[in-house]
Amino acid sequence: MTLLYFSWVRQKLGTSQETLALPAGVSTVADLADFLRARGGGYEEVFSAPSRLRVAVNQDHVGFDAVLSDRDEVAFFPPVTGG
Amino acid sequence: MSPRISIQHGDFDVAAEIEALSRHANTGAVATFTGLVRPEDGLTALTLEHYPNMTEREIARHLAEAERRWPLLAATIIHRVGRLTPGERIVFVGVASSHRAASFEACQFLMDYLKTRAPFWKEEERGQAKSWVEAKASDDSAAERWREK
Repeated sequence: MTLLYFSWVRQKLGTSQETLALPAGVSTVADLADFLRARGGGYEEVFSAPSRLRVAVNQDHVGFDAVLSDRDEVAFFPPVTGG
Repeated sequence: MSPRISIQHGDFDVAAEIEALSRHANTGAVATFTGLVRPEDGLTALTLEHYPNMTEREIARHLAEAERRWPLLAATIIHRVGRLTPGERIVFVGVASSHRAASFEACQFLMDYLKTRAPFWKEEERGQAKSWVEAKASDDSAAERWREK
């Protein structure tokens, strides 16, 4: 799967994109956030407060209960501030 | 309707956009909104980041929804990205219809959804200090009023 990060999420993680095989035991966005938080450092900081994050799977806004597959593009970002 | 969607670094020409929206047969009303970088609290610049492809898809979804709800003849949404300074134009929404109510309402609807759903993020610069703009609850409630009961 491809993971994309935007805004301060990108800055705290120090990367805008990474490729990852769907980890064992991860079936939803919430599971993936837990998996990433366990990496520690910036990941722990970002994914410890998922209420501050929004997520899109394959470029559609979804909730943290969305089910993931290995071919998905998953993006984490703060609430949007355009316009 | 074939809407025009553009995510671009450069400025846009409001008069030319209104002219283009006015050309369609049966057009009786064109409503537009132009957003500018507000010169506030010592702001030196805003940098707009976006999620390429999702941005265009999300805007196209909102335009399709507007077309379903109002009798639109043409629509244009332009959003700039990159670094902008106070007074510069950021966003343009223009809607053509036969009558004013549809064009006013669709223009507000599109702007409210752009603010709460389209994946853009603003980072402010005040001198050397940079900070990400926080989403506003007032923008969420502005979008909420369009929810169909």
